[in-house]
Amino acid sequence: MTPLLQVENLAKFYGHRIGCTDVSFDLFPGEVMGIVGESGSGKSTLLNCLAGHLTPDRGAVRFDTRAEGLKDTITMSEPERRMLGRTDWAFVHQHARDGLRMNVSAGGNVGERLMAVNARHYGNIRAEAIDWLGRVEITQDRIDERPTAFSGGMQQRLQIARNLVTGPRLVFMDEPTGGLDVSVQARLLDLLRSLVREMNLSAIIVTHDLAVVRLLADRLMVMKDGHVIETGLTDQVLDDPQQAYTQLLVSSVLQV
Amino acid sequence: MIFVENVSKSFVLHNQGAAEIPVMQGASLRVAAGECVSLVGASGAGKSTLMRMIYGNYLTASGRIMVGDLDVASAPPREIIRLRRETLGYVSQFLRVVPRVSTLDVVAEPLLSTGTARDDAMAQAEALLRRLNIPKRLWALSPTTFSGGEQQRVNIARGFAFPYPALLLDEPTASLDPTNRATVLAMIEEAKARGAALIGIFHDHAARDAVCDRQLDVTQFTPGLAA
Ligand SMILES: Nc1ncnc2c1ncn2[C@@H]1O[C@H](COP(=O)(O)OP(=O)(O)OP(=O)(O)O)[C@@H](O)[C@H]1O
Ligand SMILES: Nc1ncnc2c1ncn2[C@@H]1O[C@H](COP(=O)(O)OP(=O)(O)OP(=O)(O)O)[C@@H](O)[C@H]1O
Ligand SMILES: [Mg+2]
Ligand SMILES: [Mg+2]
Repeated sequence: MTPLLQVENLAKFYGHRIGCTDVSFDLFPGEVMGIVGESGSGKSTLLNCLAGHLTPDRGAVRFDTRAEGLKDTITMSEPERRMLGRTDWAFVHQHARDGLRMNVSAGGNVGERLMAVNARHYGNIRAEAIDWLGRVEITQDRIDERPTAFSGGMQQRLQIARNLVTGPRLVFMDEPTGGLDVSVQARLLDLLRSLVREMNLSAIIVTHDLAVVRLLADRLMVMKDGHVIETGLTDQVLDDPQQAYTQLLVSSVLQV
Repeated sequence: MIFVENVSKSFVLHNQGAAEIPVMQGASLRVAAGECVSLVGASGAGKSTLMRMIYGNYLTASGRIMVGDLDVASAPPREIIRLRRETLGYVSQFLRVVPRVSTLDVVAEPLLSTGTARDDAMAQAEALLRRLNIPKRLWALSPTTFSGGEQQRVNIARGFAFPYPALLLDEPTASLDPTNRATVLAMIEEAKARGAALIGIFHDHAARDAVCDRQLDVTQFTPGLAA
């Protein structure tokens, strides 16, 4: 089976400071991988390098493109990378406002992504936007409101709808449930899980929350000081951690 | 179906002196299709540890753990995920679920993820919940707020929903009343009859004697305890 994403020896530095380094892994279709680690360990840096938001200093990030198979996204042309960002990839930001257009209606936020991939017919776009808002439990009567009128959890669900409407194959998420209260988080997790299964999505999820990865991720990667220090099946890494740092991380939360 | 050969395991607790604590050595076990083997031995002997190693939940330091034709001791995560979806079930002592997901969905999940159509999966899940006496009014609720015994039965329903060729059971009858206990024992018998290989841990001796064909005392694999 061809991996959907193949990362080899990736490194990103900020001057002399390590952002992340020596990162290699394969992600297969339908797999969800979690990335955990303390603040400053390089999780967001890595995610942004994978999603084409940052240019790594070394290494390769090969994506299984529909037309040409595995292709290094770092060396491909800017327009080509942008097209992937609008079609096959989705990026869910921690703060919904970074991933939404706050002065455009909820329906417009979803429709805009569709138009970017050449959906033209207004009726279809609106119908599809309504359908997606429904899937993330935003009722039709709120379609013309702006995200500023929404609660944090609703904004996050809107961001997810905006991202998934084009049928991406790979979703990057940076702390998707951060800053939300626990019951809202649970709803979002449930939503993400069913979407992952229904659409056979692959996803890479950065989070501080071990309970979130336990429930969402098949595989787990633990980062420290810019390095990947441990990887494996999620429940195996959490229940039988090998590295001192991972043991500390797991034992410092009450129960996951 | 399950073939464990000469496996060992130790824990290193880095933040507690980093001493290496060997917990298993030379463990071997073979379970054929249609057979149920129980793991016995004193508390702390390593029964749950061996079961978790077979499931890939704990790493194995050396030796082989064949489930079907996959060596769990050396397989990459992706293959263990597939093994767990299609071949190897596990009823753990405690239920762990995504909050807000209904009991019916929790039980149907193993069927849905192996491609059973939704209506069919739901019908089978309902039948299992009915059989295990989970009141219908609870089906639409998340099991997170259920009593210990109810959660246990939901866990069993989920574990038996898909006809896994191999099944691991950690204390499946603990905290069950006699009626439900009898139901679970009948389900184990049915799994054997359809050719599943089962490994169980039972503190309930009568239950163990009723469904298990053999016992394996894991104390013989406990370093420092071996006779
Ligand atoms: N734009 C930047 N310029 C300089 N250094 C940066 C920049 N962005 C990140 N860093 C540094 O790179 C390292 C990794 O940062 P990164 O944001 O990837 O961490 P993180 O694991 O996402 O942390 P958090 O959990 O707090 O979000 C840190 O030492 C950080 O200070
Ligand atoms: N994750 C872990 N980290 C460290 N030590 C562990 C871990 N899991 C098990 N152990 C140790 O391994 C040994 C075997 O434990 P295990 O839980 O397998 O025993 P058991 O036979 O199932 O006992 P019981 O009948 O009490 O359930 C014990 O010494 C236990 O402390
Ligand atoms: Mg970050
Ligand atoms: Mg035990």
